[in-house]
Amino acid sequence: MSGAIKAKHQRLVLVLIALAALIGAGLLAAWALRSQASFFYLPAEMAANPPEPDRAVRLGGMVEAGSIKTAADGVTIAFVVGDGKARIPVRFKGIVPDLFKEGSGVVAEGKRDADGTFVADNLLAKHDEKYVPREMKDMTAAQARQTVEETK
Amino acid sequence: MIANFGLAALWFAAALAALQLFAGGLGVYRPGNPLGALVRPVAMVQGGLVALSFAALIWLFCVTDLSVLLVAKNSHSAKPLLFKFAGAWGNHEGSMLLWVTVMGLAGAFVALAERRLPERTMLATLASQAFVSLGFYAFLLFASNPFTRLNPAASEGQGLNPMLQDPGLAFHPPTLYVGYVGLSIAFSFAVGAMLTREVGPLFAKAMRPWVLGAWIFLTVGITAGSYWAYYELGWGGWWFWDPVENASLMPWLAATALLHSASVLAARNALRTWTVMLGVVAFSMSMIGTFLVRSGILTSVHAFAVDPTRGAFILALLAIYIGGALNLFAVRASTISEGERFALTSREGGLVVNNLMLSGALGIVLVGTLYPLLAEAMGTKVSVGPPYFNPMTALFVLPMLLVLAVGPLLRWRRDRVARVRPMLLAPALAGLAAGLMATIAGLKLLPAAGIALSAVLVIASLLPLHGRNLRTVKLPVWGMVVAHFGVAIALFGMASDSAFTRERLVAVNPGQTVAVGGWQVTLKQVEPLAGPNWTALQADLTASYLGGSEIALHPQARSFWAPPQQTSESALATRWNGQLYAVLGDRSEDGRWQLRLWWKPFVTLIWLGGLLIALGGVLALVGRVMSDLRRSSAERKIAYRRMRQGR
Repeated sequence: MSGAIKAKHQRLVLVLIALAALIGAGLLAAWALRSQASFFYLPAEMAANPPEPDRAVRLGGMVEAGSIKTAADGVTIAFVVGDGKARIPVRFKGIVPDLFKEGSGVVAEGKRDADGTFVADNLLAKHDEKYVPREMKDMTAAQARQTVEETK
Repeated sequence: MIANFGLAALWFAAALAALQLFAGGLGVYRPGNPLGALVRPVAMVQGGLVALSFAALIWLFCVTDLSVLLVAKNSHSAKPLLFKFAGAWGNHEGSMLLWVTVMGLAGAFVALAERRLPERTMLATLASQAFVSLGFYAFLLFASNPFTRLNPAASEGQGLNPMLQDPGLAFHPPTLYVGYVGLSIAFSFAVGAMLTREVGPLFAKAMRPWVLGAWIFLTVGITAGSYWAYYELGWGGWWFWDPVENASLMPWLAATALLHSASVLAARNALRTWTVMLGVVAFSMSMIGTFLVRSGILTSVHAFAVDPTRGAFILALLAIYIGGALNLFAVRASTISEGERFALTSREGGLVVNNLMLSGALGIVLVGTLYPLLAEAMGTKVSVGPPYFNPMTALFVLPMLLVLAVGPLLRWRRDRVARVRPMLLAPALAGLAAGLMATIAGLKLLPAAGIALSAVLVIASLLPLHGRNLRTVKLPVWGMVVAHFGVAIALFGMASDSAFTRERLVAVNPGQTVAVGGWQVTLKQVEPLAGPNWTALQADLTASYLGGSEIALHPQARSFWAPPQQTSESALATRWNGQLYAVLGDRSEDGRWQLRLWWKPFVTLIWLGGLLIALGGVLALVGRVMSDLRRSSAERKIAYRRMRQGR
């Protein structure tokens, strides 16, 4: 591009570059969101239609009564998340949130491993009456009541 | 009594905002109308009144007046005074009152201090400020009244969310709000300049100190908020891409772009349309952030209010203000004449790249923040986290930082790369060496790129001082150098944290020792402890680094009783080369305690860098204001002398 043409159309060129950059950013964002957004699953959905093993997803449901087992290292726990239709085994290594307990609601963030266990790297439990993980608000009324009962 | 007074002051302030809008509008479209002279004094009184109203709310919280609904819901008589005081804005209504207070005071301050712009543009600016304030006054008075009474009065308050019971609350939200809402000044300046067709270097020079001021507070607020989340949430991370964090990051990105483009407009009379556009966008991002946080549309760690009527109200305000300003922009953009031209290889060219990349990053963050909301409206639940945000923002930010190494060395208008090439040898070699070492050490792509780039920038950011007499370098140049150096420092901290952090998660008996990244940490015992409104289990840890002297650490697991909730208080040991971070977990059935330990080399540089960036802003602001004062006093002297000679 010669200097003269460039000078003449500089404003236009700048506008076009800006537009191209913004559209490029938008397309990139859309592409990345398709591959990186983590979807939310209920246990029944995960059992019926499991996500690929390496994809980060979220699993929400109730911690089954009597299912929490602590491993010998003292920091790894295994438990079952269910919704009355399906049961998914979950493994978590870490310090559990304070209101994580059997019979109450949880959202686990992590990936499914090859043998079907959900390996969580983060757990979200009901925090207090003002904070509920977004997904948990949509659990059935019975589950919500139960959650409230449990955490009173 | 005090509550009635606060409410009355708020109503009066709203009425004055209406008067300010009316008188300002008259002044703009009927030049010479005597009402125009009212605008400045009215803006000042309005700011004073809304500040009084906010002071009344703080008073009600300090004395725990339980006949006020907001106090009864969010405070408690047994709370320490600092948290009663700060609790005034630790809730929806109080924080919105803080918002309009900052808005009113900012307008008052501009009315008081800004004398450079043509009076007509000034009136349009203050009218626009009043127009925006008016909407938020209406929101407060009709949808979020902080002074609603409770009859009969409650016998005791419900308490403040324990997560917020931290000295950070006293400092973090006000700082952030001053920054956030201070950008309304840029918005009003842009609208005023478009209405009166006065977009030029004078507009940029008048606007710049205000934007700089707001940007400094925003930078400090984000930095402080990041450190607060880091030690309070106990997850060892310093940025979570939480929508609430993004809500403060987006205005910062836009304001940073605005600062840079305003400097092009002020110095070279180029990028006129773009700068006006950014003035509108920056505050629009603040309003979108407010909508996200205050409407309860997100339920995240920070969001407490859930009430759809408020969401609809703020959404309507957004549509009016952002839509209105963009419409005005669309109508007036073509009448803003083209600015001066420049070659791509020039200071302006570098700043254009800066602006494009910042806008790109802003777009990425905006899309990633809004996408889950849109998807949920379509019936799919997704969340978007670091796997999206980290690489995508890096895609824009890393090339921008490369240009940052070169841009400040280029001359305005037209320059040759060959001229600055010799200077760039040292930073390029440093970057190559650091990148090579990082690759040999087997780091992942992003941390390795971060470390290499920070090595480039540490040297390159200082180059504008190269070969100059340091005593004659002007303050704004020092400001630029310090801020860019801060970027290099913060980048190194981020890269080092993600590359070199060592983590141990163990269950131990008292007396046992754990090794993590050069530290030996011993659990001595765990003891109960009582605070003013909580009880806790406190671990007694001793830690020594590479066999050095022992440091005591006391992480706690706290239980609050009003409202009943548990939090974990992390403990930090800070050295010059990093931080040891300890969290106490649960007790397992066999009596062992869970301990989570991190050694985070150079993590503190992240916040040190953030503060340096803000310090750079302060230097630039002081330099600009001082030279403005000198110029105006010189102009007065000349005018005075002329007047005497004329007689």
